Amino acid sequence: MIHTLESVIREHPFFQDFPAEHLPFITGCAKNVQFPEKHFIFLEGDPANEFYFIRSGAVSIEMVIPHLGPTTVQTVGEGEILGWSWVSPPYRWHFNAKTLKRTRALVFDAKCLRAKCEEDHDLGFEMLKRFANIITERLDATRLQLLDIYGHDD
Amino acid sequence: MATMTEHDVTQGLSTDPMIPQLYRIDRVRDETDDTFTLSLVPENGDAKISFLPGQFNMLYVFGTGEVPISISGSPAVTSFLEHTTRSVGIVTKAMGLLKPGDHIGVRGPFGSHWPLNEENGRDFVIISGGIGLAPLRPVLYYLMAQREKYRKIVLLYGARTPEDILFRKELERWRGKFDLEVQVTVDRAASGWRGNVGVVTPLVARAPFDPSNTVALLCGPEVMMRFAIMELQKRGVPHDRMYLSMERNMKCALGYCGHCQYGPGFVCKDGPVYRFDQIASVFGKSEV
Amino acid sequence: MGAGQRSSPEQRGRGMTPKAPRFNSCLIMSPAQLDQLLQVLIKRDYEVLGPTVHEGAVVYDHVSSTKDLPVGWTDEQSGGKYRLKRREDGALFGFVVGPQSWKKFLFPPVARLWQAHRSNGLFEIVPEVRKPTKFAFVGVRACELHALGIQDKVFLQGPFVDPVYKLHRENIFIVAVDCIQAGGTCFCSSMKTGPKAGAGFDLALTEVIQEGRHQFVVRVGTKAGADLLSQAPHENATPADVECAENLVAEAAKHMGRTLDVNGIKEMLYRNTEHARWDQVADRCLSCSNCTMVCPTCFCSNVEDLTDLSGQQAERWRKWDSCFTTDFSYIHGSSVRSTPRSKYRQWMMHKLAYWFDQFGTSGCVGCGRCITWCPVGIDITEEARVIRESETFASAAG
Repeated sequence: MIHTLESVIREHPFFQDFPAEHLPFITGCAKNVQFPEKHFIFLEGDPANEFYFIRSGAVSIEMVIPHLGPTTVQTVGEGEILGWSWVSPPYRWHFNAKTLKRTRALVFDAKCLRAKCEEDHDLGFEMLKRFANIITERLDATRLQLLDIYGHDD
Repeated sequence: MATMTEHDVTQGLSTDPMIPQLYRIDRVRDETDDTFTLSLVPENGDAKISFLPGQFNMLYVFGTGEVPISISGSPAVTSFLEHTTRSVGIVTKAMGLLKPGDHIGVRGPFGSHWPLNEENGRDFVIISGGIGLAPLRPVLYYLMAQREKYRKIVLLYGARTPEDILFRKELERWRGKFDLEVQVTVDRAASGWRGNVGVVTPLVARAPFDPSNTVALLCGPEVMMRFAIMELQKRGVPHDRMYLSMERNMKCALGYCGHCQYGPGFVCKDGPVYRFDQIASVFGKSEV
Repeated sequence: MGAGQRSSPEQRGRGMTPKAPRFNSCLIMSPAQLDQLLQVLIKRDYEVLGPTVHEGAVVYDHVSSTKDLPVGWTDEQSGGKYRLKRREDGALFGFVVGPQSWKKFLFPPVARLWQAHRSNGLFEIVPEVRKPTKFAFVGVRACELHALGIQDKVFLQGPFVDPVYKLHRENIFIVAVDCIQAGGTCFCSSMKTGPKAGAGFDLALTEVIQEGRHQFVVRVGTKAGADLLSQAPHENATPADVECAENLVAEAAKHMGRTLDVNGIKEMLYRNTEHARWDQVADRCLSCSNCTMVCPTCFCSNVEDLTDLSGQQAERWRKWDSCFTTDFSYIHGSSVRSTPRSKYRQWMMHKLAYWFDQFGTSGCVGCGRCITWCPVGIDITEEARVIRESETFASAAG
């Protein structure tokens, strides 16, 4: 069975209950992409004009910290969304994203999407609702990681 | 006036539950830089070791003190006893200095155990964090020993960093040999770690088990268990098929000293393993 | 002795001793005859303990005769206040309860559990040698009998038996005393634990001082009680004697200093674990732990492992502890209950609610000690009432 781009998008949990009338536009923003292992998808400071659905593989979100070296703070795997910095100015990546293995993804043209969201606020709200969810989940996770719950406690 | 005759009422070691039995340290294995496993052999050669997964012993270091430590070995082994512990306080630090041939006092086993006999034919999802994997390891041994009785077995494990992952070799062996799905995640890692970085919660959301026919066993920091339970609830696992291991301050482990009270029960005898519906009304309540 | 006054037992026939009294029969003793009963106990090698006056309070200590009892004393109690006052009638038991309870004998405040010696790396544990005791408790109040029963459940009827408690409990002889006046902070009527001594005694006394008579109506509770009584002078009680005693006790029941509505109290407290009242009491509570020390049912303890300087001798001790202490619930770097709010809530909910789940009864016997001995007079009955009434108002308004 051939998965068309549209069917992949439509079936993804992120787009559950997404209004059908916006799907063609979204699909138009998307295309398939592949990355080899240990490849930097984006670097801290680069313009953030895309976001990605990871279809297979894994990506590590990392920072270079002077006394720790390159440190992974999150991994994003199959079925997850990578990248939300496209949503808020100045639209630049805050972290590096490096593949841990060969990765296939859908990349979305966020520059185009941003423009369309400004015009069509219904579309804008649907997208922001879903990204707010992702950000909340990451914030919860980050807080737990910050609490260092497995850490030393005497 | 008649003098009262004084006669000894010496309490036999077996009748006074506050008296430890003597065990000898047979092996010490360093698991991570602050966690170690002791293998103990009873000084009384005839004594047979018997416990149920989830139970704990009170371990006494001569002159220093006594602490509750879960048993982390296989329930099928009767000749030695294993305890895995982090070196965090006065007693565990002293314990960490003991060597093979040294002696330690043991009282127990105490407490409730993980549900195993009744759960044939189900999926098992085992959710652990940090040292919490140690009280669950006896369950894993038990399940692996009769693997055919169960359907999917998923182990989700969160640790601080890759260097803090416990029982790595055993996990690899089980994953390969016994059809055990193991997913490990760490809070942070140096670049070079090719596994997950993040918390256990999203792993629970995506783990391959059937919520309508699953038993969930949880052991780890309370906050981790809280979030994991929320995910299990979202997936429709009922409260009476979730089990967690709780911890409180313990001094006697007999239900007298009162220190381990947790709501209406005592963790030393009503727990440490609780079926979630039995504590749902107090779990997560602040300062209970 | 005027006309119409009854003669004393001595005047009727010098210490006549009828044949061994039956169970549930009622007898009469004079104070002098009671003293002779104490002497029989002493002769039988009982360690006789009873109320005595010491440093302005009634405390339990050795008594060698009725002269050692608080003769002619009474107590005035209210929240945070306890005073002994003289009374004119020479009553032997004319007070209620002091800061101590009988638990200090069965569950000693400090007890060594064992010793250990180390040599060549090996160590040996030496269990404690304990002498069996024969306690005679004289002057046990009805509420205290219930408290004994409650502690029996804790220490003897759980999955483990405490050998210290068991040893002391086995050979006790109990002479209970009904209360003929209620204390200022008492509420045994509400808890259905008094003022009349129910089961659990060998002998029970009601002190009657009326119309120039001073005597004790004695109820026999056990064969041991009957046996002991047969060795001491006494007389049969008349129905009038018995009725008089019962009336006195019934009067006392009507004059309790406090009341506690126990209807559905467990559920009520479970519903209100986040009630604002807990914050209010926290503003007053000092976490001083007096309430747990004086309470006859509180049983928490600490285990201390000690060693000498050489490091070759060790000991394990058990000591009274209190859920109000800072480190009581310490785990993983901090205490689960660190605020006065959570500690007071734990104590009160354990006493009035959790205890039902743990042991099948209330943990409170209505003795009022916690109210009297709280430095700031926190009143458990008041706290419960405020929470209960707030529910009533809420549902009436809603």
